[in-house]
Formats: sequence, structure tokens, C-alpha cells
Amino acid sequence: MTSETNKILTTDGIPLEESLKKAERKNKIKAFLLVCPLLLFLIITYVFPIGEMFTRSIDDKMITNMLPNTFKSMESWDGQDMPEEEVFKSFYIDFKTLVEKKEHGKLGQRLNKEKNGFTTILKKLFRQIQRNKIDENGSFKEQITSLHKRFNNVEYWRAIKRTAPPYTMAKYLKGMDLFIDENGSIAQVEEDRRIHRILWLRTLEIAFFVTVFCFLMGYPIAHLLATLPMKYSNLLMICVLLPFWTSLLVRTASWMILLQQQGIVNDFFVMIGLVSDDNRPEMMYNKVGTYVAMTQILLPFMVLPLYSVMKTISPSLMRAGKSLGGTPFVAFWKVYFPLTIPGIGAGCLLVFILAIGYYITPALVGGASGTLISNQIAYHMKTTLDWSFASAMGLMLLTGVLVVYWIYNKLVGVDNIKLG
Amino acid sequence: MSNNKEFVKFAKVDKSYDGKILVVKDLNLDIAEGEFITMLGPSGSGKTTCLMMLAGFETPTNGEIYLDGNPISNIPPHKRGIGMVFQNYALFPHMTVYENLAFPLRVRKISKDEIDKKVDKALSMVSLAGYESRMPGQLSGGQQQRVAVARALVFDPAVVLMDEPLGALDKNLRESMQYEIKHIHESIGVTVVYVTHDQGEALTMSNRIAVFNDGKVQQLSSPDQLYESPVNSFVAKFIGENNTFKGEVLDVSKDKCKVKLDTGGEIFANPISVNSKGEKTTVSLRPERALINPDEKMDNNHKGKIEEVIYHGDHTRVRLNLLGNNEFILKVPNSSANLDIKLGNEINIGWNSADARALDPK
Repeated sequence: MTSETNKILTTDGIPLEESLKKAERKNKIKAFLLVCPLLLFLIITYVFPIGEMFTRSIDDKMITNMLPNTFKSMESWDGQDMPEEEVFKSFYIDFKTLVEKKEHGKLGQRLNKEKNGFTTILKKLFRQIQRNKIDENGSFKEQITSLHKRFNNVEYWRAIKRTAPPYTMAKYLKGMDLFIDENGSIAQVEEDRRIHRILWLRTLEIAFFVTVFCFLMGYPIAHLLATLPMKYSNLLMICVLLPFWTSLLVRTASWMILLQQQGIVNDFFVMIGLVSDDNRPEMMYNKVGTYVAMTQILLPFMVLPLYSVMKTISPSLMRAGKSLGGTPFVAFWKVYFPLTIPGIGAGCLLVFILAIGYYITPALVGGASGTLISNQIAYHMKTTLDWSFASAMGLMLLTGVLVVYWIYNKLVGVDNIKLG
Repeated sequence: MSNNKEFVKFAKVDKSYDGKILVVKDLNLDIAEGEFITMLGPSGSGKTTCLMMLAGFETPTNGEIYLDGNPISNIPPHKRGIGMVFQNYALFPHMTVYENLAFPLRVRKISKDEIDKKVDKALSMVSLAGYESRMPGQLSGGQQQRVAVARALVFDPAVVLMDEPLGALDKNLRESMQYEIKHIHESIGVTVVYVTHDQGEALTMSNRIAVFNDGKVQQLSSPDQLYESPVNSFVAKFIGENNTFKGEVLDVSKDKCKVKLDTGGEIFANPISVNSKGEKTTVSLRPERALINPDEKMDNNHKGKIEEVIYHGDHTRVRLNLLGNNEFILKVPNSSANLDIKLGNEINIGWNSADARALDPK
């Protein structure tokens, strides 16, 4: 801004900018107050839970609080040879405190995750403490190492030292079938236990193909909706929206009725002689079921953005394309299709993001080969109660969605999205 | 101009959308090569339907359309080679001006050099050279219009159709565009079929005008004939301003008839569509053919009372009560001779019976 414009004054001699600010201030405050409830709502229901999820997913404070003295005395230990007497002493003190609080079992569980075999030797130590067999004036190192040969194994002490930091990436690594091995470097889990990576890939694959199917089916429907006369298009619109008015569970359940081996679709196939009665294809509890049900359920999310974009494309553009000599296909491909790209982008992004986190439908019709990563998250939330692992995977999913969004922005541009 | 008088020919064309109402009834129309013909009419009169049938977006329900002697009803739009300018230009919003103009050439597989040449030529024709890389959204309405015209002409079509192309422009721009389109037509000699509901536009631009009403061509003639000698009361009312008297024929001879008005009084008129005594008729008279205090002897001469005076700058519109018709309009040039035009004054009005056309009663 030049100095001259700064000098502009109002008729009353107040600098114009100041006067403008004053006049706008009231409106700004009003506007802020209006969005305030929404802001609070977003913070409480969105920002706060995600933050909470994140801390939970990396939180490893429990053991830090259980063995405060041990970790302190381990600070000076280089981790090469067996630790000094000092470390054994503080470990004994910490463990005794836990025994008194009856929390030693938890420590065993936690350490066992770090290295197998901890539970047994800790139980041994626990019994010795219970029977008061540890001489508190003698050498702790000797007494403890003589309890079990594992206490004499430096690997176990290294494992304890690894749990010292209050934060850990272990859950994220686990989500990718990786773990930190004894040497502290990242390694892959054994081949037969690599389930998560398969799930991630399957989730991406199913989300991708569901998006493709939705696009292939939604595009003609949206085009019809946008071009049919009002009275037919309204009816069609109701058909498109009808699934929205039905509960997701009901819709999924009706797919189960349709797709099961003794279901309507199979009955029909048998009736028209497509398959024989004793050879009915399995269309449920596998990927086919997930594809069919998810495509149907997510279809409106593809149709609606496409429709709203197509509605704005003047029919005279296609006519112009034809009158200028383009065959109907050329007119469609060169004129109509490029103009629908914002709608395609919006629809695909919407469907893909919804599909990537889909849960109920694959859980019900997916079977073993049709479940997605969200089902795994739910499993850890409800069954194993490993919430920090569930949180870590949830955040990885969120990151994945953001990456998809970022790629989309680079390729098509988010400004091009049109939802109506 | 070439001389194929039946370059475009509508032969007994009917069109109905719902099987109940005919939007176009028994249309017979010949358009000569190089002619600028306008289809003029109120909305819903069937003029746009005719254009769409010619372009190939609608099929005639009955009858046939010929282009240069060949029936074209079964030829799809993209093979007709007819250029079209649409109501809202229909420029492709995702293409530059150059790409818009190149579109019809590219689909015809013309070489790149040739395309460049033709696009250059078409753009300079509408004085838009240098705008090749602009997007349509960055152009003003008038510029978009010119791009649309250039695009319809760039592939050298035999016929160009224009569907109310100037409807979205403001008045001044519309007028200058009218002249521009007219000049383009004159310089390249393409056949133009133009649709509008604006009579001014039609009168300015056309060689001939077809006035549509109710699915039928009411009159097909040159602009001056259309204005001077309308053949029925619809055309008389639709084109230009008009004073009407309703009445009954008292007496009729070869070029003069006497009409008794419903409001009382008798006038002489030119019998156009009345043949016999006792017929109902509407007499139509152009405001500028009625004179105040006429010097020469005119066969109609009546007194009227001034009811309203509206100042229009170059002329004054005066509404009179004349022979019981209080909607009688007079256009008085703004000259010092007419200073006694005041509200409430009585003045003498005269006109020749030849200018008062006795038409059908509608």
C-alpha cells in the first residue's frame, strides 16, 4: 500500500482505515459469535478426540510410572554387559512396590509383549518376595540372577531399558506388520503373522474398485437424471435417494437375503438355468458380497455430485458440438465429459473416502476375505481392548485419507470439486 | 449472390411434440442461396422449432426439408454441415477461443496449418484477432457473441442458423452487432436463417422476413412490404405501431370501402381482405400516416381531443380520442410548427383511405 492511500481521511478527519475497522468490528464480533457454537462443537467432537487418539496411540507411560527407579538407574547403563548391582536394587524396590499395590501382573503382561518369557520369571520373583526370601542386605544381583537363567540374560534387561521412553511407535509399526527387534532396529514380523498389510492393501483395493463401479453405474444415472423431463427425473431421483431413507443395517440385511446361497439371486440363477442347483455360487461372506453391497450403498454419493454438475451443463453445448460436425461420441467426449470432471472428482473422492473407512457392511457380508481395516480396528476396540493399537490404526487410516486428498488436489485441484 | 431459389426448402412440414397440438402447420418455405431470411414471431409461434428441424435436432412429423435439392430428414445433425449460433452462444467453456473455433475443423480432420489459417481469418472477420488464448469466461457478452458467430462460420457451412443470438446483449451492443452480422453476411454471401422475436432486428437485417404465428407463416415478404402492406391484422399489429378501428363494411368498391365503426362514425379504407358489404373488419393505420391539420385534401378528416402527451425527445407521442377510439396514437415530429399540442386541445386529423387497410376482424 502506498503512503498516499494511508493518508485518506473520512469527512470527520479520522483515518479511513481506522474508521472502516471500527465500522466492521461489530459485524466481525457478530459473525464470530454466530460460528462460536459450531467451533466449540468441532473442537469437542473432532479436534479433541483426534488429539486424544494420537496420545493414546503413542502412550507408553504406564510402565514408565511402574519402574521409575529402575529406569533412572539404567540411564548410566550402556546396555552392553549385564547391568550393575544398582539396577537390580532399584528393580527390586520398584517390583516390591508393585507387589504391594498388586500391579505386578500388569508389568508382566507389558514386558511380555516386549519379549516373551517375562511372565514366568517375574512370577518367580513375586513368589520369592511373598515368602520374604530375598535378603535385603545381600547382593540383589546375585539373588535375582540365581532365580532364573533368564535374569542372567542381558537381552531381558535390554528389553526393560527399551520400554523406558514414555512414548512408543510400536503400535504404528505393528499396524504395518513391523516391530522393533532386540537390537532396537525395525524388522518384519514372521510371514504367517503379517495380516495388517494384507488388510491395508485389500482396503485400498476394495475402496478403489467400489469407486470405479460407482462411477460406471452412477454416470449414466446422473446423466439421465439431468436430462430427463421433470416428471420422470423426479421419480428417478426418489429411486436414487430411497436408500438414504432406509437404515444402513436394513439395506445390508436385505443384501444378505438376496445374496446368500439359498437367496433370491441364486434362486433366480437356478431358475433360468444359469447355474445348477447343487452348484450355487457363493456371493456372500467374500469380496463379491462386499463389492455388491458397498457399491449399492455408496452409489448415491456418486450420483448426487455428478447430477448437480450435469444439471448446470447447457444442453445446447452438446447440440453445438453436433452442429459443428462432431459425431455424438465426439461431442460427448470432447465437450460434455470434460465439463463433468469436477463432479467426477467430487463423487470419486467422496465414495473412496467413505469406502476406505467402511465398517458395518463388510462386517456383515464380507466374511473373512471381505473385511477391511476398519473391521480390524473395531475388533481391537471391542474384543482385545487394545485401544492404543486401534487408535494408531485409526490415525493411519486418517493419514491415508489425507494423502488421497492431497494427491487429488495435486492432480485435479480441490477448487474443481463441485457438490452443487 | 447465387441464384438457387430453393436452396433450402420446407415442403408441407408439420411438427407436433405430443400428438395433440401442431406447433408447425403445413409449412412451405423456400429460401434462396445467399439470402438472409428471418423467422419472426412471438414466443411459442413455432419459429425455433422450424430452425431446430433444419439443424436436425428435431424431426418433422410430416413433410420433408430439402437442402440444395436433397432431403435431409434422415441425415444426423453432424453430417448436415449447417453452422449454428445458439441463444446463449454455447461456447465450450473449457476450451480457449482458438480451440472453440478449431473444434469444427479438427473433427473434419483438417491439417494444423489450414486450421490456423481459417481460425485467423474467422477471428479477424469478427475483429477479435489476438484473443485466441482467452477462455470464453474472460470475454464480454458481445465478444462471446462474435466468437460464436465466427465458430459457426469457420468451417464454411452452406447455411448458418442463428437462434435469437442477440437476446442476451444490451440495447446498444445489440444494434451494433446487428450491423456487424449484416455486413458479415454481405461480405461472404452465406445463407442465413435467423430467428428472433425482435421486429426491429428483423427489419434491419433481413432480405425477407417470415412472420410466424400459431405455427403458420402469416406473411413472407421484404421488410418494407411487411411494414407498409401487412396482409392481415396480426402482422399489422406485430410489426410496428398501429392504430386500429373495428367496424362493419357499409360499402365496398375496387380500391375503397366505407366502414361503419363500432364506436360510431364512418371512415374510408383500403379493402385488403374484405370483399362484401356487411363483413366485420379491423382497419389498421400507421401513426405516421395520420397528419395534423392536413393541407392537401384527404378523404378522411376528423376532429380528435388530446388525452395524453408523452415527450420522446425527437418526437412527441400524442394519444387522442378520435371517433370514439381513445387509443389513437399520433407521432408528432418535434418542430415549432406543432406548438399547439396541449392536453385537452381539439385538433384536426386527416389520412388517405389508401393508407388505412381494412383487414380481417381479428
